Amino acid sequence: MNTASRADSAPIVSVRDLRVTFNGGKKPVSAVNGVDLSVARGETVALIGESGSGKSVTLRSLLRLHPERRTRIEGRIEVAGEDVLALGSRALADYRGRVASMIFQEPLLALDPVYTVGQQIVESIRRHERISPAEARKRALELFERVRIPSPERRLDAYPHEMSGGMRQRAMIALALACRPQVLLADEPTTALDATVQIQILLLLRELQRELGLAIVFVTHDMGAAVEVADRFAVMYAGRIVEEGPTREVIRNPRHPYTLALMQARADGAMEKGARLASIPGAPPDLAQLPTGCAFAERCTFVQPACLQSRPEAVELGGGHRARCLRTDATAQAVAQSARATANTSILLTETA
Amino acid sequence: MNTTASLPLPQPRTKVEAIERSPGFWSGVLAKLMRDPVALGAGAVLLALIVMAIFANQLLPADPYATSMFKRLKPIGFEGYPLGADELGRDMLSRLMLGTRLSLFMGITPVLIAFVIGSAIGILAGYAGGLVNTLIMRTIDILYAFPSVLLAIALSGALGAGIGNALLSLTIVFIPQIARVAESVTTQVRGRDYVEAARASGAGPFTIVRVHVLGNVLGPIFVFATSLIAVSMILASGLSFLGLGVRPPEPEWGLMLNTLRTAIYSQPLVAALPGVMIFITSISFNLLSDSLRSAMDVKS
Amino acid sequence: MSIGISIEHIGVAADSDRGGPAQPLLTVNGLVKHFDLKKGFVDTVMGRGKVVRAVDGVDFRILKGETLGVVGESGCGKSTTARLLMHLIDPSAGEIVFNGETVGSPALPLREYRRQVQMVFQDSYSSLNPRLTIQDSIAFGPQVHGVPKQEAITRARNLLERVGLEPRRFAGRYPHELSGGQRQRVNIARALACEPRLVILDEAVSALDKSVEAQVLNLLMDLKEEFGLTYLFISHDLHVARYISDRVMVMYLGKVAETGPAEALFEQPLHPYTRALLSSMPSMDPDRRTEEAALAGDPPNPIDPPPGCRFHTRCPLAEAVCSQRAPSLKTRQRRETACLIHEPGSGHSHAAAVAAAVHAS
Repeated sequence: MNTASRADSAPIVSVRDLRVTFNGGKKPVSAVNGVDLSVARGETVALIGESGSGKSVTLRSLLRLHPERRTRIEGRIEVAGEDVLALGSRALADYRGRVASMIFQEPLLALDPVYTVGQQIVESIRRHERISPAEARKRALELFERVRIPSPERRLDAYPHEMSGGMRQRAMIALALACRPQVLLADEPTTALDATVQIQILLLLRELQRELGLAIVFVTHDMGAAVEVADRFAVMYAGRIVEEGPTREVIRNPRHPYTLALMQARADGAMEKGARLASIPGAPPDLAQLPTGCAFAERCTFVQPACLQSRPEAVELGGGHRARCLRTDATAQAVAQSARATANTSILLTETA
Repeated sequence: MNTTASLPLPQPRTKVEAIERSPGFWSGVLAKLMRDPVALGAGAVLLALIVMAIFANQLLPADPYATSMFKRLKPIGFEGYPLGADELGRDMLSRLMLGTRLSLFMGITPVLIAFVIGSAIGILAGYAGGLVNTLIMRTIDILYAFPSVLLAIALSGALGAGIGNALLSLTIVFIPQIARVAESVTTQVRGRDYVEAARASGAGPFTIVRVHVLGNVLGPIFVFATSLIAVSMILASGLSFLGLGVRPPEPEWGLMLNTLRTAIYSQPLVAALPGVMIFITSISFNLLSDSLRSAMDVKS
Repeated sequence: MSIGISIEHIGVAADSDRGGPAQPLLTVNGLVKHFDLKKGFVDTVMGRGKVVRAVDGVDFRILKGETLGVVGESGCGKSTTARLLMHLIDPSAGEIVFNGETVGSPALPLREYRRQVQMVFQDSYSSLNPRLTIQDSIAFGPQVHGVPKQEAITRARNLLERVGLEPRRFAGRYPHELSGGQRQRVNIARALACEPRLVILDEAVSALDKSVEAQVLNLLMDLKEEFGLTYLFISHDLHVARYISDRVMVMYLGKVAETGPAEALFEQPLHPYTRALLSSMPSMDPDRRTEEAALAGDPPNPIDPPPGCRFHTRCPLAEAVCSQRAPSLKTRQRRETACLIHEPGSGHSHAAAVAAAVHAS
């Protein structure tokens, strides 16, 4: 891994103290509350969280996709040297698709049903570059080959509804790559797909990242899918990144109680069949009135009075691994304990067998 | 065998305790309407018109039937005639006020009747589906194929002039329109999982329609029906204008518009007044039905 | 506050039980459902038109008190099977035997069957009537079956308490005021209100967040024990299916590929499709990421299923014989497999070796 050389170059995505508030309803909703995130060139970062954690809102802010009138975005977003929040409408249109582009969970809603996929790609290319339709179509064909769509020539002339789910997702990736962006934003791109197709798309994303040097921000609620593609994990809760670090570190050695709880809640995390799953009690906080302390405190097993006083600052754990928690040591202990328990059961199992 | 009967059913072990009740759906809708300035404005105008219609006899400043050869076609603001006088010298203000009664009646009644009949037809077609649906809806389509103005005129013409026949023909015009909307929302609701779940628990079609379908379809149909009131008023005015609805000397806005059209060059403002009333009333109904529609959208 | 209905429920189960625990609660024989595709006028006259073979000859049993998991890709027919079992759609062929009686026969009329079999849907929002309060939704089923209103409401409140929603706070609320997890609890309570013996869970936890999913899975396990329920658990999430099921059935394009005890099936899949499905599961291990997808392409369309074994177009072990002969379900050691490799003398080159291995063991 060339982490050293990556660290040298400036990050291609840099988000500083991002705050997003929606003013549409009765009370303002603080969907994102101070997110710091940087993504290096050619790096894949997974933003992981449950519904309402602010992961998609953060992602959409990178393209400024929120309705302008009802949304207040504060902080600083810099992508490939452009100050995204300061862009005028002309520059913004140019930025979208050329610098950063996005793929969505449901391609059928994201693609235009009245044009063939090929037409949409050609149009997207020609909006950003002055080239002939024939040339643009040639590029589109290359893209289809790139995302491994079988018989690409024929599929270019297909309408979105004529394609199967996995094929549509590939077509949308091709469309997103049409103007050679440097950053690909993926919003739950595999959630609606079958497991057998999901893995194909994840592998494709990994390949594209490697070969095109794309930076990918991958939003998902599924840790399993994230492990397959991400170099780094960023776990979000109530609009903040509560834990961040290299994938291996976060998976093996989670230090935030929420990350640990999320992993233990997975059905494959259960130690044995019939054992109760470790569920997280309660529900996420109301984003319209967040507590003054740590937002996870009321559901946390390791909560202390200090947790309720103020929002915890990030604790550096080395190697780019950090967690916003006062009790990182307690979590570490719990992880060690469960590791011992697993080892014991496996010893027991081998003995009985 | 019937296990249900032999079941020792649990006795209510506690007195039914008090529970927190959420405000019902309709009180939520009302609360939203009360916060909507457009709805409040339109509602206030309609309320004023209804009050005027009910208490017309007490409120009239002058006799709306009293003619005067010397006061024909007087302008707005003429002494003793705040809104002028019509072609027979009758007080416009009094006639417009009394006209509210007939005009609102002609606007609302056919829609109300059509709402009941059309909803029943549409819900039946939508819930039954299949062949029943095809038969009902194709028949409806035949009626629907005629432009509503033409159909109303043709029916009134065939039935003969008079208020009763005008109401009947308007009702027939609106039934297919309401039935179509009712059919489409019912078809939608029928596909929802809660209707499937109700079927899966063994409920019969009438129970399902009563408990699960009606509550969810009547709202949208009602919204559509309120928007038809404006159309109905205009059509009724049109029929009166052609001499197929209300007969003179009864004041009705459409009829007044008709008789005053000869004065369009001499007293254009006076001649336009009944039209203004029709416009104000119909736009109020339209705005109110729009507000109602958005207030009934639970998710927003 | 204790639960009023648990004891009575078990009483019913014992009363109406037939054939002892060895007899399956539900037996499905040759279940078929074909949907006619919308066709043009000419096609109708000519009598042609395409058919979706959503479920194409499915046999299985659900034993008393077990959880049968059903997994497979989209279009494999698992949800259609659920709807057929609920009689929400009529089967094109096949029979369903519940507790020893054919469903729809005079001995077990549909209405009585429906009380004993209930379903929980995936979409927690659209499966609750938005105009009814939670308690009215739950009390609806029992009222249909003749329980007086007041009593049905008491039952609804007890069930709310049981699924972890405080009746005083939740009984009078409307569905849109609840979170997804809470709504799914309500749906579970609604399904239990008729005191069923079999509950069909059609992707019941798929739309929930992982932490909420764990809560609901725990709840389902508790309820099963408390009320002596039998589950048919449909899921696209193999981890969840493995966790909750006693036996698992794998479906592919309207047919059963493999059935067996969950642990055995996941540890040692027999059917090549099961193997491919399992290896598509993300590993959760950053050092052992998947390097190659087990299957290429999307699941094929059930409109024109391939001849022979339906999986032969994607199967890594397919041979010529697989496109000619359709395998049938073969039972061995509580496991059933529909694959020519596991059919001695089928003509597949692996078949002999497998037979020899079986013989040796």
